Amino acid sequence: MNLTIVDYKSGNISSVINSFEEVAKDKVKIEVTSDLNKIKSSDKVVLPGQGSFKRCVDGLNNINGLVDTLNEFAITNKKPLLGICVGLQMFADVGYEETETKGLGWISGKVAKIDNKNGKYKLPHIGWNQINIIKDSKILKDIKNNSHMYFVHSYEFIPNDKNLVSSTTTYSSNIVCSIERENIFGTQFHPEKSDSLGLKIIDNFIKL
Amino acid sequence: MLKNRIIPCLDVKNGRVVKGINFVDLKDAGDPVEQAKIYSDGGADEICFLDITASNENRDTIYDVVEKTSKKCFVPLTVGGGVRNVDDIYKLLNCGADKVSINTAAVENSKVINDSSKKFGSQCIVVAIDAKKNANKWEIFTHGGRNKTGIDAIEFAKKMEENGAGELLITSMDRDGTQVGYDIELMSTISSKVNIPVIASGGVGNLDHLVDGIKLGNASAVLAASIFHYGKYSVKQAKEYLDSKGIPVRI
Repeated sequence: MNLTIVDYKSGNISSVINSFEEVAKDKVKIEVTSDLNKIKSSDKVVLPGQGSFKRCVDGLNNINGLVDTLNEFAITNKKPLLGICVGLQMFADVGYEETETKGLGWISGKVAKIDNKNGKYKLPHIGWNQINIIKDSKILKDIKNNSHMYFVHSYEFIPNDKNLVSSTTTYSSNIVCSIERENIFGTQFHPEKSDSLGLKIIDNFIKL
Repeated sequence: MLKNRIIPCLDVKNGRVVKGINFVDLKDAGDPVEQAKIYSDGGADEICFLDITASNENRDTIYDVVEKTSKKCFVPLTVGGGVRNVDDIYKLLNCGADKVSINTAAVENSKVINDSSKKFGSQCIVVAIDAKKNANKWEIFTHGGRNKTGIDAIEFAKKMEENGAGELLITSMDRDGTQVGYDIELMSTISSKVNIPVIASGGVGNLDHLVDGIKLGNASAVLAASIFHYGKYSVKQAKEYLDSKGIPVRI
């Protein structure tokens, strides 16, 4: 099996690479690249994302043909793809961080700033929070309800179809934590930084 | 519910832990990678390395430490000490640090915070503020607490938030190393003036100090070094104690 972590020069992806390598041990070949042919020929793709929505979308668009290749991979060929943090957020139609920016449009919805209730809640939402699993999800297999995951974000994904949400977390409001639609998966939290439970989620994705 | 974090901090000099955990079963007590792993296995919510390497020729040792640690610890790793510019931040992140803490450079040139938070995202930019009480104010010190700046810590904290810092790591110079507890007034004042999380540091001597830092100081996270190093308390004990005091922690 080949798994590609998309390197589109946006943010720090070392932790993502390390965690996947830890879980994969030598059983799965992991490529870290933006090479379109390598993405096309891989079995699974991980789309990380750090920094702002706009910067990440710009990062994808700056690599000629990358968005088309990802569309072909995830939408046309329906191969498994996992988006992490802003990687998940980019599934949306539109994001409002920095300025209004068009997303990949895979899962209709928007990415908006978390309501901090007039400063009552600190932003970014940083740290360990519990996830409420509201729907079975392949990547959450063997993860218990109320497990702790590590979050760091100020914006949240608000999908139109709430049935795609597999878990939420409680902060100033209920925040979407994970999404699943057929072959498309995403986590708002960072499985790569969520200790053994996070590695279990990565393992679940690898074993799909 | 978001949990309050406990962050053990390790001082690293020339790639070696200066004050380490005093455990007999350690193969190499000076190895930061092994110590960080003990902390993360023990439930630390985050690990912090403070690089106190003095000489320039040994500065690169921290990159090797970070790289090795990030392959073994799967909780957030914050690295600070001697970070001068965007390039230093990039190198640390690239080695596997999740956040970089910036102290002197943030005071000398706040543009570093603007530029790095735009480039890498606020989530990985922590501004470390070392403050000392002077009459009714707190003044910022740089260069590991050696240089007086005349800058007001509260005003500076607000400015750093505006510049894009994702978190503030506040150390009371008066309390650091004393084990008499955090400067609660300093923590709570800064926490009430900014909307980003505050990490309290400097002065922890017992577990009640951690409780106070969160309950009275309104810190989102508490950082401590010596109480964990010498095996006085384990991270697990600290968490259980906080839990018994009604503080939400990840157990």
